[in-house]
Amino acid sequence: MNTTERNHPIEQDPKVRAHNFDEVSLGFDDELARMEADRCIGCKNAQCMKGCPVGINIPAFIGAIKEGDIKKAGEIIAQDSNLPAICGRVCPQESQCEKYCIRKAKLGGSVAIGLLERYVADYNRKNGGLDVKDIPPQVYKAAVVGSGPAGLACAADLAKNGFKVTIYEAFHKAGGVLVYGIPEFRLPKDLVQSEIDNLKKLGVEIKLNVIIGKTITLEELKEENDAVFIGTGAGLPTFMNIPGESLSGVYSANEYLTRVNLMKAYQEGAITPVQRAKKSVVVGAGNVAMDAARTTLRMGAEEVSIVYRRGREEMPARAEEIIHAEQEGVKLELLTNPIEILGTTKVEGIKCVRMALTEPDESGRRRPVVVEGSEFVIECDQVIMSIGTSPNPLLKKSCDALETKGKGTIVVNEETLETSIEGVYAGGDAVTGAATVILAMGAGKQAARAIIESMNK
Amino acid sequence: MNKILKKRQLTQNIHEYVIDSPEVSRHCLAGQFIILRVDDEGERIPLTICDYDREAGTVTILVQSIGYSTMKLAKLNEGDYIHDFAGPLGNATELEEFANIILVGGGVGSAVIYPQCKQLNRDGRPADIIIGARNKDLLIYEDEFRDNAKDLYVMTDDGSYGEQGFVTTKLKQLLDSGKAYDCVFAVGPMPMMRAVANLTREYGVHTIVSMNSVMVDGTGMCGGCRVTVGGQVKYACVDGPEFDGHLVDFDEAIERSKFYREIEQEHKCKMEG
Repeated sequence: MNTTERNHPIEQDPKVRAHNFDEVSLGFDDELARMEADRCIGCKNAQCMKGCPVGINIPAFIGAIKEGDIKKAGEIIAQDSNLPAICGRVCPQESQCEKYCIRKAKLGGSVAIGLLERYVADYNRKNGGLDVKDIPPQVYKAAVVGSGPAGLACAADLAKNGFKVTIYEAFHKAGGVLVYGIPEFRLPKDLVQSEIDNLKKLGVEIKLNVIIGKTITLEELKEENDAVFIGTGAGLPTFMNIPGESLSGVYSANEYLTRVNLMKAYQEGAITPVQRAKKSVVVGAGNVAMDAARTTLRMGAEEVSIVYRRGREEMPARAEEIIHAEQEGVKLELLTNPIEILGTTKVEGIKCVRMALTEPDESGRRRPVVVEGSEFVIECDQVIMSIGTSPNPLLKKSCDALETKGKGTIVVNEETLETSIEGVYAGGDAVTGAATVILAMGAGKQAARAIIESMNK
Repeated sequence: MNKILKKRQLTQNIHEYVIDSPEVSRHCLAGQFIILRVDDEGERIPLTICDYDREAGTVTILVQSIGYSTMKLAKLNEGDYIHDFAGPLGNATELEEFANIILVGGGVGSAVIYPQCKQLNRDGRPADIIIGARNKDLLIYEDEFRDNAKDLYVMTDDGSYGEQGFVTTKLKQLLDSGKAYDCVFAVGPMPMMRAVANLTREYGVHTIVSMNSVMVDGTGMCGGCRVTVGGQVKYACVDGPEFDGHLVDFDEAIERSKFYREIEQEHKCKMEG
């Protein structure tokens, strides 16, 4: 067996891209895609598929690339995923499909499944898209709350299976986290728009500026529909509850990214203001933290540091995002935890302590503990808190019957994703707490399956 | 897209708009707000619902044009459309438990107490009302308040109309004269609300204020509108906008509200230039 090394995508030079909002990775061209596809040995009992939350037939679509039939590859992916251009870009492949690839350890590295998925999606989009198959008449009515990845995935499957679907979005633009959270340089917005346009072709209607629980109640939705799916995401930002968090210049990652992405504050002449910092500190080490750090860098910050209380191994962000951030000049302050934000009215610095990890406890987890006497200050004029989010309480507040637990996550039947209210389903971050785009999509599809089955009963 | 059905100029830079919005008017209540975008490029502006008509499917808002976007909005006329109009957001005002309320409105903040005065009058228990502004030209809704008030007191800073003085001057007089209010509902610029809260604290009268914090989404997602209330961080959009005035950290809120003013000023210059 050959040991050809994994191919690398074409990327913008880090020095250049650190100052623009164009997409960082340009993916594979035709030749690279073909070469990478050839690295797949087409395992009979393909382990990679076990790692895919939506179960894409990976060897089959890569096989089609080998044959040069990219349209067929697209059709194979479309059987299980509605948003391949998006997932190819934002899925944490290294901990999913690519984690199980037989080539991973000794054969030049895992096949670049994500990059190939993206290649197929981009190719087909540029070449007129896939044929729209005839869909059965839409005899049932469904409402989807939220137009993020969970809602979009659920809506698509319902529309293809006999449902007239209406999606309700609180914002003035559809896409949820795909438009307000993930930055342009990682996920171009015209691509998200084209996926949404595809959905409209399936007869899905999207109503913007409607806040379910406020503009329309959940009860009203339930009355007017055969089924309701809640995909409202984990919207409420968490702060650390340390002194100084109300100083001007302290943002939640949500606010910062929403101003820049959704409200386009990065564009010349944008109306929505955002602070252009000189020295920025981002607290947290997930994908959102990487996005915030790389965004503030592009907004002109001279120095950007990521402060994280654990070590590199524990950073929850996708490997690629961490590498990209470092390449662009983002500094990692690992095993470091903020204890106070300094300043009188505006941020002037952040006081931190160094942390050490304990030996693994019974659960195998290494806990961070404070190193005594290690206090130090990082000078900065901006702090972006990116330490997670919890589900939005708005819907629950307006509907007592909707059972939630812990920090407000919606309680569902694990099989069907049905909530405590009959005919009302939920999935994605609203159920799991902050997770990934692909898990949300998977949940949307799972709920759609259950909804379709419930109609056939 | 929502149509502007009526536009009325109240002062030099305050306009009243009646907006066609059956969606918002269906469930909205006094104390709640909407978020609008003037056009597809616009920022999201939170504005108080100052009246509504469920049958006609309309919502009334007051707009003081002080920044780029509100000036742009002021240029729209009857028959024009507002690009986005979302709501109702925030919690409704709850004054049920109080027996003897006085409403205090400063400047355009009077828009927030207006639906309350109407509601209280409808309930057969009209309230005393103080409205105030820097000068005569900035006073709004005097007639509407008079129609709904038990007693109306009009104050101007410069004495150009009504009595000269701040709203707190009158409030102090009333409290000193033995009026037994059990609740003061005060809305206006933050320094005014701070002054009212500082005054009523001495008299031990419960005081409600409405926080017009900087916000983006209005649904709890950005956290930009956070206010410290009784040492706890609250979000004006989902926990408010109304809070116990004696517990709000106004100094902090005022500093936070200044943060974007410089950038906003730049835009405004472009608009005027």
